[in-house]
Parts: sequence; C-alpha cells; structure tokens
Amino acid sequence: MTDEGLKSELQKSGIFVLPFEQLYNWGRKSSIWPLQFGLACCAIEMIASAASRYDLARFGAEVFRATPRQADLMIVAGTVTKKMAPQVVRLFNQMPEPKYVISMGACAISGGPFKDGYNVLKGIDRYIPVDVHIPGCPPRPEALIHAIMTLQRKIAGQQLGVEQRWYDKTATTEFPIPAFGEHDLQPPANPEIWQPPRNYKDVTIAEVLKKD
Amino acid sequence: MEAIEKIKEQALAAVPGAQIEIINSTPAAVQPALLVDREHICGVAKFFKEDPRFQMDFCSCVTGVDYLKAGYIEVVYHLYSAALKHGLVVLKVRTPRELEQCRVPSLTPLWRGCEFQEREAFDLYGVKFDGHPDLRRILMWDEFTDHPMRKDYVPPADYEWEPTPHDETLERAREAAGIVPPSAIEEADKAKKK
Repeated sequence: MTDEGLKSELQKSGIFVLPFEQLYNWGRKSSIWPLQFGLACCAIEMIASAASRYDLARFGAEVFRATPRQADLMIVAGTVTKKMAPQVVRLFNQMPEPKYVISMGACAISGGPFKDGYNVLKGIDRYIPVDVHIPGCPPRPEALIHAIMTLQRKIAGQQLGVEQRWYDKTATTEFPIPAFGEHDLQPPANPEIWQPPRNYKDVTIAEVLKKD
Repeated sequence: MEAIEKIKEQALAAVPGAQIEIINSTPAAVQPALLVDREHICGVAKFFKEDPRFQMDFCSCVTGVDYLKAGYIEVVYHLYSAALKHGLVVLKVRTPRELEQCRVPSLTPLWRGCEFQEREAFDLYGVKFDGHPDLRRILMWDEFTDHPMRKDYVPPADYEWEPTPHDETLERAREAAGIVPPSAIEEADKAKKK
C-alpha cells in the first residue's frame, strides 16, 4: 500500500489503490446533505450559496433536505432566539449519525449584536456540539463554502471505528432539550459540551483595566 | 389632512365628554398626537373609523411606551385611511405602570389588525387590553413571567463570559463574577493612606 511507484503504475492502467477508510471518507465528504432550515438573514446567504452563482453543488452539498432524518449537516444560519433554541436541539437530535453542525454568523456563534438581549441565545454551541464556526454578519457565500470545505477536511481526517461519537455505543447522541423557564432557558447551557472559555474570577483587575 | 386643532374639535363634537389633548411628546415627532382619556378612547377611535371625513379603516401600528420616571405607560395607535388615502392620526392613551391597573380598552373590535399588535404590547409591556378576544403572549414563551420591554425589567444574570465587556456590561460582568470594581479598590487605598 505504501509503494507509491506501484500505485502510480496501477493508476496509469485505470486501477486506483487506496485504503478503504479514504474511499469511505471521500464518499462521505463529497455528499454532505444539509438540513434545509434558516433562522434569519444568514439564511439568505445560505440560499445564495446554493444558487447558481456560488453553486454549492460543486462540493456535493447542494441537496438540502426538508427533513432531519435525511440530513448529515445542520447549518445554523441566523439568530437563535431562546424560544427557538429547543426546536433547534430537537431537530439535531432527530438527525442520524454521523452528523455535523456549522454555526453560521455572529448570532449563531455568540448572540452577535443581540447578545445582551433578553430573548437571544448567546451561541448555539451551548446546547449542541459545533464543528465549524463562521464569523460574519452575515458571512458571504464564500465564507460558507470555506466552512463546508473545512468540514470536508475534517471528515476526510476522521478515522473509522475510533474516537467518534457514533461508534461509541455508550455515548449519548441525544442532547438534552432545554426547557422554558420563567426568565431564561433551563438549563442556560449544557455543561457537558460547553464551558465558558475563561472564568472571570481568573482575570486580574490590571487586565480588565488594560482592556478598557 | 386638516390641522390637528381642527381634528381635535371634530372629535370633541362627536364624542361629548371626551378629554382630548394635543401633545408633542418628543421634539422629533413630526406628527402631533391626540392624547385621549381611557374612558373615551373607544368612542374617539370609532369616530375616526366611521366618520365620512376621516374613514380611518387601517390601524397600522399599536405599541407601548414606558415612561418610567413619569410613572405611566402610553399606548400609541397609528391610523390611516386607505379609502381616502390620507393619514396619519396618532392616538395615545396613558395608563398607570402598576400591573393590576395597567389596563386599556382594546380596539380589536374596531380594527381586526390590532389583535396581534395588542398581544405584542401585552407581552412586552404588560398592558392588559379589556375586550381583547385572545390576550396571550405572542413573542415570549408562555412560561415567561415578566414584561421585558419595561424599563425596570431585570434580565437574568447570565454574564458568565463576555469577550469585549464595556460600560454597563462590564459592570454587570464584574458583578456576576464577584470582581471588586477598580473604583472601590482606589477608594479603599485612599482610606488606607489616610
């Protein structure tokens, strides 16, 4: 298998030799079927990516499915309000493994300009595991295509049978759906998959003053 | 449209006993508004809808405004006429801020389009519209217990991490993390030196 000379000799006569894993991942990464749903203005850019000018079909990701049962990829395109977040998590739970998430735009990754609002989730990665984050408000179609190519590289690098969520019989593929509380979602984040990047208690006053 | 003074006179003549006041609540308001008392808002609104000179068949906007310092909530109605192609007449009603007394007669029986907008004003400001056919929350979830657009609404303390905190957000982030503000430390230092 490592004999490159033999490989290229065989290739000349139309025979391709490659590990099964590579073939399998090539198939997976070249036919990512996204879930067809948009939450806000980022969805317009997502639609533009799928349309003729940017043509997501070049990457095999143009088959937007109208049901989570047939989708591999969830593109969270837009502001996730607290009222919508449980439905997003539920849709993700309904997708079959292996499944991936692209968090598209400032709102989906962090709450964006609405972060301080009473009704907007401060990033969907609090409830579901995100593979690729795209910053931008909204990100251009090129950025979404870049995210899909990044995801393709990630898929191509995945090893079969090891350390993947969907091979682990004990791992849960159901993520808890937050409930509506009196003022906020309960719980406000899933601590198993999301922790604040840094505790404020570790930040010194000098640092805070410097930031100002 | 005629001058606002004439409109007011016509409304007063049609609805005897109504207390109508012309107000320019903000300098930026292009259109002066008619402030009507709560008891007569239905009558005045009905007059504007049915009078042949006005025929205000379209209520384009219903919203609440919270005047925290003055202690009242104002409900604003914007009326247009599609039949006569004129408008806008702005009607305002004031109501106390206290939740039990925060009541205004509903204009949904006159304009069906008010239904969702009054539900929104109820959801966000806590104004109860008497006579509304289906007064429920429309934007927030049903389990929500407060009215978030009120000026004294306190959002949940979820400032566990802010990438670029500043001003009020910085204060709240510090508070949430139990960090002593630098001003307090400076004061403590001064007190020590003394």
